[in-house]
Amino acid sequence: MQPITTIQPLQAAPPPAPPLATGTKLRYLLIGLVGVGLWYAIYSQLHRLAELLAFSLLGLKPGSHLGEAVLFFFYDTPKVLMLLTLIVFAVGILRSFFTPERTRKILAGKRESIGNVLAALLGIVTPFCSCSAVPLFIGFVTAGVPLGVTFSFLISAPMVNEIAIVLLYGLLGWKVAAIYLGTGLLIAIVAGWTIGRLHMEHGIEDWVRDMHINAAHIPDEKLTWNDRFNHGKTAVRDIVGKVWIYVVAGIAVGAGIHGFVPEGFMASIMGKDAWWSVPVAVVIGIPMYSNAAGIVPVVEALLGKGAALGTVLAFMMSVIALSLPEIVILRKVLKPRLIAVFIGVVGTGIMLVGYLFNSII
Amino acid sequence: MEIKVLGPGCAKCSEAEKIMRTAVEEAGITATIDKISDFQEIAKHGVFSTPAVVIDGQIKCVGKVPSKAEALAWLKK
Repeated sequence: MQPITTIQPLQAAPPPAPPLATGTKLRYLLIGLVGVGLWYAIYSQLHRLAELLAFSLLGLKPGSHLGEAVLFFFYDTPKVLMLLTLIVFAVGILRSFFTPERTRKILAGKRESIGNVLAALLGIVTPFCSCSAVPLFIGFVTAGVPLGVTFSFLISAPMVNEIAIVLLYGLLGWKVAAIYLGTGLLIAIVAGWTIGRLHMEHGIEDWVRDMHINAAHIPDEKLTWNDRFNHGKTAVRDIVGKVWIYVVAGIAVGAGIHGFVPEGFMASIMGKDAWWSVPVAVVIGIPMYSNAAGIVPVVEALLGKGAALGTVLAFMMSVIALSLPEIVILRKVLKPRLIAVFIGVVGTGIMLVGYLFNSII
Repeated sequence: MEIKVLGPGCAKCSEAEKIMRTAVEEAGITATIDKISDFQEIAKHGVFSTPAVVIDGQIKCVGKVPSKAEALAWLKK
């Protein structure tokens, strides 16, 4: 795994230092700068290296089907993995400044509209494991975070994440990545706001509403820069270690399409003219469960074969944002009616986004 | 000593439990370790990001898997 070694200078971090303020901060800044510099030096040479490998070493012909497919694979794999490593590391450090406890404090008692926007944004940077969605829901609602604001957080947190953004950027370009980021946030904000407007508080299970939680004495950790760097490293190990196989698979699929598959293969089923394809994509996507890394290769394959961008984005969002296991687990704190409203509102939002992009692009 | 590991049961939660068990073994102390996965029970502790570790009613950490060094330090006190 070539790209991961580029982080090495960072891993040669000094042993746990006492929280000496400026000295250590300066040292980490320097290590960080050198690390990024080295990263960039390698990153900028990737295309040349890939050409060397594909054409000089393997002796493939530039411009031939196989040659182009192999070049694409050799260039894109390290490119996306390096991007992923850098961004996951940076986001890991960023997340060490946020905790669900602090986020709750910010959101408690916020007015709705502004609360929805904040919640959707905080959903991106607050670290939380998807299996704590229910405890987090209880924690937010009992602390006075409005129901709709809580939903904005719960929608944005899984859907808008750094893995999806990096993969979309690396495989499909910055425009698609930006569209995904923007519309993902918009759906989280508007869907949460709508659920708030519907005043569904009675849809929360009674035992949650009756719950009186003692103000918890949760230790608020003081982190040193050493700890924050370790957060970044752990994030890289956890996430890149799990995700790289999907990336390689995705790029291999992409390389195949790039070189061989005729364009327009999927156009009749998932193309712009098939108006029904958006709702069908969403309905199929909702019960499915996959992380962002697993779904992006599929997205790339569908797009490559002529499926419309809006339809494919809608499919991707519904797979990531809603899933059967999540619905089953949310049922423990939400009554069926509120679950139905939640699925309905989010599903409708995703569908509108799908139609919007099919009509303007 | 009474140790509780709170978590609905994903990979991270069982990792936290495993670390507490090895730490107790290494420290050579007697302690009960309970894994709490009931949401209501978790919420009663005032915890909402999991995994969390509670020792003798005191919350030691939330929302992360503790390192063994951290766990050993809690057990010494």
